[in-house]
Amino acid sequence: MVDLPSNETAPAHPWENSPVLAVEHVFMRFGGLVAVNDLSFSVGRGDITALIGPNGAGKTTVFNCITGFYKPTQGMLRLEHASGATFLLERMPDFRISAKAKVARTFQNIRLFSGMTLLENLLVAQHNTLMLASGMTILGVLGLPAYRNAEKKAVERAKYWLDKTGLTARADDPAGDLPYGAQRRLEIARAMCTEPELLCLDEPAAGLNPRESAELNALLLGIRETEKTSILLIEHDMSVVMEISDHVIVLEYGTKIADGTPSEVRNDPRVIAAYLGVDDEEVEIVEEKLDQIIEGAAS
Amino acid sequence: MEVFLQQLINGITLGSIYGLIAIGYTMVFGIIGMVNFSHGDVFMTSAFIALIFLLVLTTVFGMTSMILALIIVMVIAMVLTSLLSWAIERIAYRPLRGSFRLAPLISAIGMSIVLSNFVQVAQGPRNKPIPPMFSGGVTVMDSNNFAVTLSYKQIMIWVVTAVLLAAFWYIVQKTSLGRAQRACEQDRKMAALLGVNVDRTISLTFVMGAALAAVAGTLYLSYYGVVNFSDGFVPGVKAFTAAVLGGIGSLPGAVIGGLLIGLIETFWSGYFSIDYKDVAAFSILAIVLIFMPQGLLGRPEVEKV
Amino acid sequence: MAAEGTANKHGPDIAAAVKDALLSGLVALALFGPLVGLRTEQNIRNELAIQQRWGLVAAIVGTIVVGRFLLLTLVWPAMAARKQHQSTIPDTGPSTLRQAVSRWFAPASVVFLFLYPVLIVSALGFQGSLKWVDNFGIQILIYVMLGWGLNIVVGLAGLLDLGYVAFYAVGAYSYALLSSHFGLSFWILLPMAGIFAALWGIMLGFPVLRLRGDYLAIVTLAFGEIIRLVLINWRDFTNGSTGISSIPKVTLFGIKFDASPDGFAKMFDLPISSAYYKIFLYYLILLLALLTAFVTIRLRKLPVGRAWEALREDEIACRSLGINTTNTKLTAFALGAMFAGFAGSFFAARQGFVSPESFTFMESAIIVAIVVLGGMGSMVGVALAAVAMIGGTELLRELDFLKTIFGDNFDPSQFRMLIFGLAMVAVMIWKPRGFVSSRDPTIFLSEKKVISGSLVKEGHG
Repeated sequence: MVDLPSNETAPAHPWENSPVLAVEHVFMRFGGLVAVNDLSFSVGRGDITALIGPNGAGKTTVFNCITGFYKPTQGMLRLEHASGATFLLERMPDFRISAKAKVARTFQNIRLFSGMTLLENLLVAQHNTLMLASGMTILGVLGLPAYRNAEKKAVERAKYWLDKTGLTARADDPAGDLPYGAQRRLEIARAMCTEPELLCLDEPAAGLNPRESAELNALLLGIRETEKTSILLIEHDMSVVMEISDHVIVLEYGTKIADGTPSEVRNDPRVIAAYLGVDDEEVEIVEEKLDQIIEGAAS
Repeated sequence: MEVFLQQLINGITLGSIYGLIAIGYTMVFGIIGMVNFSHGDVFMTSAFIALIFLLVLTTVFGMTSMILALIIVMVIAMVLTSLLSWAIERIAYRPLRGSFRLAPLISAIGMSIVLSNFVQVAQGPRNKPIPPMFSGGVTVMDSNNFAVTLSYKQIMIWVVTAVLLAAFWYIVQKTSLGRAQRACEQDRKMAALLGVNVDRTISLTFVMGAALAAVAGTLYLSYYGVVNFSDGFVPGVKAFTAAVLGGIGSLPGAVIGGLLIGLIETFWSGYFSIDYKDVAAFSILAIVLIFMPQGLLGRPEVEKV
Repeated sequence: MAAEGTANKHGPDIAAAVKDALLSGLVALALFGPLVGLRTEQNIRNELAIQQRWGLVAAIVGTIVVGRFLLLTLVWPAMAARKQHQSTIPDTGPSTLRQAVSRWFAPASVVFLFLYPVLIVSALGFQGSLKWVDNFGIQILIYVMLGWGLNIVVGLAGLLDLGYVAFYAVGAYSYALLSSHFGLSFWILLPMAGIFAALWGIMLGFPVLRLRGDYLAIVTLAFGEIIRLVLINWRDFTNGSTGISSIPKVTLFGIKFDASPDGFAKMFDLPISSAYYKIFLYYLILLLALLTAFVTIRLRKLPVGRAWEALREDEIACRSLGINTTNTKLTAFALGAMFAGFAGSFFAARQGFVSPESFTFMESAIIVAIVVLGGMGSMVGVALAAVAMIGGTELLRELDFLKTIFGDNFDPSQFRMLIFGLAMVAVMIWKPRGFVSSRDPTIFLSEKKVISGSLVKEGHG
């Protein structure tokens, strides 16, 4: 176990009690490269948890392990629904993790169905529900009312999420025509249409302007509030991380170097060291913190 | 043992021809990621060019030295086939670069249809036999009922293949053209930004592949002594199999793959059934692609999420 | 060469165009000179001799020089100007006329297809109709059906299948063998042939569908060839390359189309003619093709169809949304194979004869070409491409008047495939996304907007 000074003194955190996702001793090796090294953390139910770290720290690899695109070399990923059903994600193929374990995700480089309309994108996300309703297609071909009702419901859900993300006006446009920020929102809407227990967002604020970034924060807080969905996000934008997350995990070179509330993490000297000289914005934050620490030590 | 040795000799000969064709597939795939479907028919056309000039030299000019004739014919075939391949790239592939992914493949299939049917119309649909160019050979081993021979034709094919592969290896490894090719393979945009003439490099890649295919075509003609307009498809697919087996994009892989395919084919015909020798080749293609898509010497592909 | 870029700025640069055209002529001379000018022919002693044809070479090279010159000075500048002109006009969406055409084109064509034999017969009589119903009608409709079937796999699911003809062969041989050996009727064997082909589709598809990119194309090509080679070599079962002949004909509610007393002609007191059977076959393949179209249109609006298209757009995103991509691909593959199986059994019944010759890679290439040339995913486009490519090359058989120009040895039909190949290349360069590249959304909230082809992805499998 990695020695975590910030955790030793800190009181037990609420996310340790019945977490939605428990990552335990996960390793991911690519040939000789260790991308994730003995990583353990918990994602609290109903929390917004942020995974941060410098470029190449292995954040996206962790996401890919959680969502099944990579199989971890070693370790356990346990997901527990509110109903008590548990899933061992490392043993499931990617599409089952979404379908059964109800983990949805977005991608760092947006992956929309760009030649399909927004509405179609959101209907594809409800594939499994609709597939059942269409009697594995057979009843659907015959045009039975059961399927038509199911489709109506699916369209209603899609409309609900289009409304939430402010995209209703463009419902019939192809996704590829949307501006960048709207594409990011659509990707979140699409993930939410799968009714996930855990929503994994890979850099949702990347490339957004400050206004869009604020809208995103509101959207995520809204999702937590009304849908009770737990959120795990990778983020570089510290304003997003510090403003909305309940819990922050810091990775460096595939190893966890800090784990705690935003205020705990921002004062952690290891985090400050890791972030020194990374991003201009972040350097400013870190320098501020360093100054505080130096002042604290001097007094 | 005798049968084995004879099949080994035949297999290496056949494999040399496949290897020479396979290099054209593997280089083009390496640099623009496209299966150059018409390459097999370029090979067939080169055999026809060789046939025509061989006839011109022997019947019109009355040349008697077969070796000299063959060298001249090979050079002409290399030049004209390179020109052909250059023209095809220029007309059918370059306008489609960077467009819809299927477009170049369809265009290449179209070109393959054009070439084989053009040769059929221009030269007639019948088999074109030539009188044997060299006869005789070395008896490697002679037991009572089976003589293992290494014919002069086979020796010639081995020597020509080895010499040309060495020359080719030198170009790819030691010259600035080879460096430009490897740069384009890695990152075409970056190479262009650094002053590599990408269009020219790609053209030259097609030209080099075609020149080696022309060598293969000339050797094929002299080995089998007959050529037909439909001879492009099957050797083409087998050479492609060789390229895949060796690891597509890898030049030594193409040669090793070619030799392996040649050996598998001759041993299969020798020990099992000649009927199913093409089935064997196609099955290997399918099995390799399914279970070992990176081939023997290729780099594994990691899925980017 | 360089002229392409500069010509459209200051008008055509004549000097450069002349130079370029002459250079093209030189290349053409070097290539066509030996291959066309020196024809190898076997003489009486079975030796090859050279036959010189320099007039022909001169004609070809001259055409290329003039053609290239005109292309550089007139065609390309005009096209560039038109493009520029178009891009300056703001895009106001399709005009009402175009909308009306695209709205009514498909139903009007279906009506026309149903009336086609009636029109032909009334114009040319029963005997005269034979060629037009059989060579054009039935032949084109078979390819329309195959194109629509493959469209599910290539156009919707984005999986490039270069061995599609294998399933056509499975359907044809299923009918040929089962009807010859067990005397089963076409109407029983038609669905069976489809099911067999679909099973083969699942069997072959299962191991290969996780392959990506061109690899899938090549493996399917290999499977197609393996099936053909097995048909050639497994002589006990398939009768080898001789093929299977005298395959029973199709009957209509037990009525035979022959000269027997209870045959169709006698029954209705008509003169004996093979035209009735052909017309019957025409309607049969028309209905089969329309069934393919109906099922495809229906499925596109169902979750499975949307999943196919989503798969073509982005497979990884599909997996992240809980879609079992293997099963989704398999359904597309099996369904496409099933329609090929139907078409195959029809083909066997129509020809009365099947041999491995009919199922070469070239057939697969033609079907793929029809799908891609038509515009992947577009039913209308695929049908248009089939009409243009198959009908066009069939028309070449009709150009007998050319014999009066080029002499009796001239056979225009030998240029069929050559022209087909050239057309494939030309259409790809002219319209890389095919005739109809736009995509119709499957559902809409307030307004149906056609999606531009430039946004639609082509799949990577």
